[in-house]
Amino acid sequence: MALADIPLSFPGGMAAGILAIAALYYIRGRENDYKTAVRITPFLTPFLLILGLFALFIDLRHKLFFWQLYTNIKLQSPMSWGAWTLLVITPVSFIWCALHIKDIFPKWDWKFKWLYVLEAFFNKYKKTFAWVMLIYAIILGIYTGILLSAFNARPLWNTSILGPLFLASGLSAGAAATLLLSKDAKERKQFARIDLVMLGIELFLIIHMFMGFMASTQVQIEAARLFLGGQYTMSFWIFVVIIGMIIPAILEIMELGRYHIPVLIPAVLVLFGSLMLRFIIVYAGQVSRWLY
Amino acid sequence: MRYAMAVDTRKCVGCSDCVVACQTENNVPIGFCRDWVVEVTDGTYPQLEMEIRSERCNHCVNAPCVRCCPTGASHFDAGGIVMVTHNDCIGCGACIASCPYDARYPHPSGYVDKCTFCIHRLKNGMAPACVDVCPTKCLYFGDLDDPNSEVSVVLRMRKSKTLIPEAGTEPQLYFLI
Repeated sequence: MALADIPLSFPGGMAAGILAIAALYYIRGRENDYKTAVRITPFLTPFLLILGLFALFIDLRHKLFFWQLYTNIKLQSPMSWGAWTLLVITPVSFIWCALHIKDIFPKWDWKFKWLYVLEAFFNKYKKTFAWVMLIYAIILGIYTGILLSAFNARPLWNTSILGPLFLASGLSAGAAATLLLSKDAKERKQFARIDLVMLGIELFLIIHMFMGFMASTQVQIEAARLFLGGQYTMSFWIFVVIIGMIIPAILEIMELGRYHIPVLIPAVLVLFGSLMLRFIIVYAGQVSRWLY
Repeated sequence: MRYAMAVDTRKCVGCSDCVVACQTENNVPIGFCRDWVVEVTDGTYPQLEMEIRSERCNHCVNAPCVRCCPTGASHFDAGGIVMVTHNDCIGCGACIASCPYDARYPHPSGYVDKCTFCIHRLKNGMAPACVDVCPTKCLYFGDLDDPNSEVSVVLRMRKSKTLIPEAGTEPQLYFLI
């Protein structure tokens, strides 16, 4: 559990963010304004998703029975939702990349005729396809948090804010990836803005998460205390909130103003913050428990 | 049918015979256990109060482990016994994380294992191994739907509690106090 969740959650969340942004801009017809976000950054996602799936597989203790995930649909089990969502979103990310492969390799040749037929088919229904991608990317982004929040036995995880929080963290990581890859100043400005909004939402959700904990039962108060004076205080507030959110937010505000900031710094800090957020929540959650 | 167990915390001496009996009966690998003994001491010497509990899976009515299992390996068997089908289990560990009582452990063979109320013995008309072996006879087992069963009678006669009922799991392991 502990090992799987970080490699699954971080690349999964980041891939969800990248695909959701790409689909959204495609649906809104802004493909030509934000070329990197729609056409280039999604090329990261097949690798991220395969890394996540592989990590999930490695963490199973009964590995050769993994296929049982796909002979069952359990609506009450977030793990089952996640397995099925990954089964949809992974091929979707591959197809999205295939549709844009000529942007990276201009002389790409599919070699077989049926592949050209398939490409034409998906190009014809690209808008519908983008909607499917958007919806499943959002489900994947929320899933990384809901997987944890469904565990009543671990009070720190047992808050539904974790779903939106991890989705916002995934979207900010996705925006940071485009920020890193884009060479267009206008696009970079727009993604710095998106990143800023997402960081704001994340901070808002974190504050509300702790407000909720402190107003809740004793076990959740104890769980929150892990972060408010307990063993995770330093790592959480320094690595996640200050280095991963506040500093990049300030740098991005300066960038949007008239200062010139190397884009690498805020983007890498945001990715680091997103990774640390998941790392710390996964580990701290296993420390929190019911008292009896 | 609704199987349940009652543990008399006034009679239990914490000898751990139930633990050894379970490990022997169910071939539990070394280093793991399906049941265990908890000793809670309150107060300061010489005003001490001690509670000894033989704990195991609570076979909850609203079991979080069954709810979060992605393959249906964790399921309710006859009489509400929470069971794991070993060959359906992928060892993802979701049930281990979801159990507020930490009643489950990963078996070295890969699947997740836990107390079964000795279902194989129940089918032959015997009581669970821990109940049969207890030297102080502090474990009561039976069917709650049968008003004359040992456990129903003792739960009517004595005050009892369950562990963390506020977790909403409706545990079926009762502690007589």
